[in-house]
Amino acid sequence: MIKTLTVIASLAASTTFAAADDLKLAVTTSFENAGLADVLLPQIKADLDLDVQLLVVGTGQAIRLGEAGDVDAILVHSRKAEEAFLAAGYGTHRREIMYNDFVVIGPKADPAGIADDGSVIEAMQDIAEAKPAFVSRGDDSGTHKAELAVWASAGLDAAGFGDWYNAVGAGMGAALNTAAGMDAYILSDRASWLKFGNKAGLALLYSSDPALFNQYAFLPVNPAKHPHVKNDLVLQLEDWLVSDTAKDLINGYTIGGETLFVFNANAE
Amino acid sequence: MTEIFEGLRAAFWLVIALDPELIDIALRSLQVTLSALVIACVIAIPFGTYLAISRFRRRRLVIAVVNAMMGLPPVVVGLIVYLLLSRSGPFGVLGLLFTPTAMVIAQVIIITPLIASITHQAMRELWAEYHDLLISMHTSKWQRVKTLMWDGRRNLLTAALAGFGRAIGEVGAIMIVGGNIDNVTRVLTTAIALETGKGDFALALALGFVLIALALLVNFAIHWLSRTEREGLW
Repeated sequence: MIKTLTVIASLAASTTFAAADDLKLAVTTSFENAGLADVLLPQIKADLDLDVQLLVVGTGQAIRLGEAGDVDAILVHSRKAEEAFLAAGYGTHRREIMYNDFVVIGPKADPAGIADDGSVIEAMQDIAEAKPAFVSRGDDSGTHKAELAVWASAGLDAAGFGDWYNAVGAGMGAALNTAAGMDAYILSDRASWLKFGNKAGLALLYSSDPALFNQYAFLPVNPAKHPHVKNDLVLQLEDWLVSDTAKDLINGYTIGGETLFVFNANAE
Repeated sequence: MTEIFEGLRAAFWLVIALDPELIDIALRSLQVTLSALVIACVIAIPFGTYLAISRFRRRRLVIAVVNAMMGLPPVVVGLIVYLLLSRSGPFGVLGLLFTPTAMVIAQVIIITPLIASITHQAMRELWAEYHDLLISMHTSKWQRVKTLMWDGRRNLLTAALAGFGRAIGEVGAIMIVGGNIDNVTRVLTTAIALETGKGDFALALALGFVLIALALLVNFAIHWLSRTEREGLW
């Protein structure tokens, strides 16, 4: 038993002292899948000498991690959930950083005929009417909430849909894999779709309605609730995220020639 | 089908090029799994042997519970360890969540019952053989446990290898408690889950083949070191 404890203790020690300055940031799968982190993190390391450890989860879980104090800050995209997080005192403030947008993906043949629709509301109504297979994230993530909001704005309730509506309870990539397998419609963030390697018979059918814009915000975890969080490092990171360096990197980031994120933070 | 060949080819190039990230991930997989295996063996092998040789009240109940725990769903273990280690959980002050240590703890819980159960099965038969001899020699309980453990070492090796196999391929629990953080807690299985999520099946498969190769290597190495499965050495 003593041996066991010694091994555990030495393992714990070796992990604690490995890096000088690090902080844990919970981000959404759509942010990580976009690949923007691979551009930002090395620059943050160079400028601040800070290792940002990313926990890639859905918005729902990211918020839980922040509430429990298991991460130092969260970067998510679900306004209502963020406001509830702040109202309950778990975060100190909310800082808007950038936005990207959601797109409607579906089979190339487009059986619901949404490609030439005038608004996303019209597109969703067409889908609900034609009842083709539709894959929903169903995991309480920011993208899932955005999808439900779009259905609601079209005057529809996803809870009442029939067999054609498949809530898979998975991340963006896994849900896209399922949609590719079923030849189904799905709402995805643009970055995940562009980066996705298994497009099969799917194509981007509808995008660019401002109702599909997706605002990312940075929320530091409240040190009054969780004294162990590294609030000074978090504030350094926040200053960096709203700096001109970050602005250039975010606005300049493209996949296949397409710009993905638009920086819109206020410099204060 | 073509994806499987592409995966094989990608795996080949990853290994040939000694991709530094791959080596890092593979070594972390080994480090976590072997740490968990050593700790689990230290607990499970004496415990399983003790269960085989001693008679006490509720012994059957203990054995039944150990056997049942072999089927513990890793995701549930992961969730429980997560809640215990979370900052708002009872062991939160240790700050162990999302570290390799947390992954080791989860794996120890998953494989200890498996190793204990296989040990118990093997030792029960050995004990039937050694029972009269060891009793007549007035050996202490601990001496009996030691004798059985030594003479049954080949069976114990099987138990340990079964534990290793379950731990190295495990993804559900370590994903939850480790968080799959790049350069910190990303191991082969969680990297495979990540690449599958990105739809990059070739890379995911390549990592899978590396995982299988690693498991084979460890098995060969253990047989070589312990000189088992060789002619004339039984």
